[in-house]
Amino acid sequence: MAIALVLVLVVVGSVLFHALSPWWWTPIASNWDYIDHTLVITFWITGVVFAAVVLFMAYCVWRFRHKEGSKAHYEPESKRLETWLTVVTGIGVAAMLAPGLYVWSQFITVPDDATDVEVIAQQWQWSYRLPGADGKLGTSDSRLISAENPLGVNPEDPNGQDDVVVEAADLHLPIGKPVKMLLRSIDVLHDFYVPEFRAKMDMIPGSVTYFWFTPTRTGSFEVLCAELCGTGHGFMRGVVAVDTEQDYQAWLQEQSTFAQLTAPEKVGAAEMVQP
Amino acid sequence: MSVVIVFILVIAGISFWWLAQQRLMSKPWLEPGAAGVLPGLESTGIPTAKLGLGVFLAVVGCLFALFASAYFMRMELSDWRAPPIPGVLWLNTAILILSSVALHVAVVAARRGQREMLRLALVTGGLTALAFLAGQLTAWRTLADGGYFLAGNPATSFFYLLTGMHALHIVGGLVALGWTTAGAWREGASARLGQRVELCAMYWHFLLLVWLALLVLLAGWANDFIDLCRQLLT
Amino acid sequence: MVDITPRAADAIAPAEVPDVELYHPHSWWTTYVFSQDAKVIAIQYAGTAMAIGMVALVLSWLMRLQLGFPGTFDFITPEAYYQFVTMHGMIMVIYLLTALFLGGFGNYLIPLMVGARDMVFPYVNMLSYWIYLLAVLVLVASFFAPGGPTGAGWTLYPPQAILSGTPGGQQAGILLMLASLILFIIGFTMGGLNYVVTVLQGRTRGMTLMRMPLTVWGIFTATVMALLAFPALFVACVMMLFDRLLGTSFFMPALVEMGEQLSYGGGSPILFQHLFWFFGHPEVYIVALPAFGIVSDLISTHARKNIFGYRMMVWAIVGIGALSFIVWAHHMYVSGMHPWFGFFFATTTLIIAIPTAIKVYNWVLTLWRGDIHLTIPMLFALAFIVTFVNGGLTGLFLGNVVVDVPLSDTMFVVAHFHMVMGVAPIMVVFGAIYHWYPKITGRMFSEWMGQFHFWVTFVGAYAIFFPMHYVGLVGVPRRYPELGETAFIPDSVHTLNAFITVAALIVGFAQLVFLFNMLWSLRYGRDAGGNPWRATSLEWQTPTTPPPHGNWGKQVPLVYRWAYDYSVPGAPQDFIAQNDPWPGKAAPA
Repeated sequence: MAIALVLVLVVVGSVLFHALSPWWWTPIASNWDYIDHTLVITFWITGVVFAAVVLFMAYCVWRFRHKEGSKAHYEPESKRLETWLTVVTGIGVAAMLAPGLYVWSQFITVPDDATDVEVIAQQWQWSYRLPGADGKLGTSDSRLISAENPLGVNPEDPNGQDDVVVEAADLHLPIGKPVKMLLRSIDVLHDFYVPEFRAKMDMIPGSVTYFWFTPTRTGSFEVLCAELCGTGHGFMRGVVAVDTEQDYQAWLQEQSTFAQLTAPEKVGAAEMVQP
Repeated sequence: MSVVIVFILVIAGISFWWLAQQRLMSKPWLEPGAAGVLPGLESTGIPTAKLGLGVFLAVVGCLFALFASAYFMRMELSDWRAPPIPGVLWLNTAILILSSVALHVAVVAARRGQREMLRLALVTGGLTALAFLAGQLTAWRTLADGGYFLAGNPATSFFYLLTGMHALHIVGGLVALGWTTAGAWREGASARLGQRVELCAMYWHFLLLVWLALLVLLAGWANDFIDLCRQLLT
Repeated sequence: MVDITPRAADAIAPAEVPDVELYHPHSWWTTYVFSQDAKVIAIQYAGTAMAIGMVALVLSWLMRLQLGFPGTFDFITPEAYYQFVTMHGMIMVIYLLTALFLGGFGNYLIPLMVGARDMVFPYVNMLSYWIYLLAVLVLVASFFAPGGPTGAGWTLYPPQAILSGTPGGQQAGILLMLASLILFIIGFTMGGLNYVVTVLQGRTRGMTLMRMPLTVWGIFTATVMALLAFPALFVACVMMLFDRLLGTSFFMPALVEMGEQLSYGGGSPILFQHLFWFFGHPEVYIVALPAFGIVSDLISTHARKNIFGYRMMVWAIVGIGALSFIVWAHHMYVSGMHPWFGFFFATTTLIIAIPTAIKVYNWVLTLWRGDIHLTIPMLFALAFIVTFVNGGLTGLFLGNVVVDVPLSDTMFVVAHFHMVMGVAPIMVVFGAIYHWYPKITGRMFSEWMGQFHFWVTFVGAYAIFFPMHYVGLVGVPRRYPELGETAFIPDSVHTLNAFITVAALIVGFAQLVFLFNMLWSLRYGRDAGGNPWRATSLEWQTPTTPPPHGNWGKQVPLVYRWAYDYSVPGAPQDFIAQNDPWPGKAAPA
């Protein structure tokens, strides 16, 4: 008897918790509100199913609990009912899968005008590399990593000379412009995770993974590592700031290029080359 | 993972074929009654030990299918340089085939009650299997002498890993074979011994098959075959 | 309404079945320790699994204490926290749930339920347990090894698993872990062969597949899956051992660790992930299918009604088993594998929801118009449905590739898999133990202690894991020993974490009541009789309780009907045992 009541309370409590709790996702700061919409659709469909199943169960337990002399009904199966339930379930599943796959196809299709931004993870910090004036990132290899070249940029590659290197500092991005985050790790698995952007992807040493998004809100957002990467995993933090175009350019001017960092004595010459 | 998926599909095919004969569509609540009305549905009719070994071989097959899957996935990466195949492998293959043939002879001999023949065949099977293992060691030596070490290129690592795994299974089989051979001396040709010999032979034939598959893999023919398929597709 | 048309002419007297050759133990040692009796092996398996499970439970308390009250406990360093996380996960999934469902319930129930005297290979069955015990001891040894156990997470992803930045990575921890897993797989394969071949060959006369209880179907299918899935873990472990000890580069790419170039090069961490999840996803169903089967029998027995849609239930078990081999990469949506895989695996994953949903409907429809006895096993069965539906539905979030992107690696995932493969199967474990306790011991457990245990466990577990989804929704990542000052995480999350910790401690301590009940009732429980639940399946029809070695006395039972003849119209009682020839000859009193 008590169990029927508790089952009802579980449903009511879960729904109230969902409706009233202050715990919800952080306000979005990227174009991926599609993901949020798909999530909300999923919440509705699954929520209705959960409530329906558990409430029906509660009713059964209350209505058909054992009483003296009562006997169960004999019914081995009902093909019609089972077929009907299968079809309805199939429709519900399709209603979640279809938008999911549609948004996924957008998620993996990077727009042509997206700027490359490279994220380099290592135990336990974040570094970044932006393509310089030529708009191209130079090649890199973890075998080239040394104290002078912590990101392993290929010094032979002319495309890499003007790359802006942001070592263990904050990344800034301009608002409203799509970026393709190229993810690279020099030691173990990591995962570049900014909750406000919704997108995330593991970084695998030895290969480059990616995701893309467009920042839609200025502000400063925390970067976390979302793939267990050793003792310092929980403390592997960073900051991505989304700026207006003006602020972004101001920040960019203060950064050093790869050429400047590897040849500090030639700083003056390098600056003269810059436009 | 395509190799193991194909393997699982084959297992699933066999399972579903068997299940299809078990009247899965019947409505059991409509059919109360004694056993006699449902003939052939109580056990498979295969001797239990043989079926047990069969299931075990399916597990071993899955293991090697997974190794093969890993081999192909690793091969796609850029650093793959296959080592030259030591010539002694061809000799080893011949020896292993001989070993399998010997065990087949043993099965026939056991069936016919030819005690001397059975003993001879079992001993031949065991010795040739040992010779195969020695041959595999020689192959390892040849590779190592040629500068192909375990910790070198992954293709070489796989060579050692796969041949080693196969050899371990042969060693396990040799224990069972040794036991059976001892039995052949103790009790002559009994039905129980006959069954044991059959089990050994089944295991031997299976390991020969696995070895031939590994050889195809290690010799690079599998890649040629895949390339051919790709060309046909495109 | 279906008319049953029993054919009286078919009834024949139980034939004298020739006694099979049994191993007869000669000493105390071979009766209780090195026993070849599946029932003793079952109890050994279950006892060992629960003992190591208690260790994992304590580890979860330590983790929760750290999460609920960060900074309070100095001895829980980040290293220690990761070691707790890893060992908790690995123990619960492999050494507790897999071993308990297959080694424990499988060994006890398969021979009894199919009417066999024992497993078909009793000696191999005994070896299986002892190798399992050895695996557990090797695992425990890693707690005492220099550097402690591995802290790589239960997924053991390379390259970090074997590098110095991870606890135990360059010490004995990871080696002992891999060795223990390899032993476990060898031991399990020995047991698994027994369970499969016993179901194939050992069934008594009349026990066709479609007359088997769903418990046997669930354990049988799960074992077949485990036999094919565990080799993937075996391959992954062996190759990782090679990488760690012999310097190969199967999984290890070129990398720079702490400023130092390592000699590895070219390997693929993703390859490991494919192998791991090729095992790891079927593993979920290896735990779930026996639970599905057992809970079907609990509901049917205690609602005095046949399981609704038995045929559909069988097909669903087999279908889920087969499908579960082509969904593994849904654990890898954000792993950096080729993004096109996402379409395929999201589709297969959501398709598998359909047979699973049918099972849920059929459990609930079995309650409909039943005669529901709210016994302790039934309560746990109901709790299973609630938690399984909850956890199954959140699986639709994580299976639907793009929805998984923001949620993966957050506490939402932790809440999901604990609900669906932690809490739900554990509910079945408890329900099953209460259900079969009278058969195993011959005595009844204490009802009020059972009630107390049920309410605290059910309500408490729900209170732990339901709110945890919302912690994940906020964006809190999993495997963080502390959150620190993080802008997007409101302070209220810390309060919620503390609440979850308190709930976890209460639920944990309630398990002591369960253990006490089991021990106390062994001595003081009232005599249960042979068939206290008035159940139909064969294990309740043994001539003596607890059943002795050989189970059946002089003749093995002859089966006349399926396992679900409850409340059959016209029958003298509300159940007809499977070996009852009614209405052919002997109508039961």
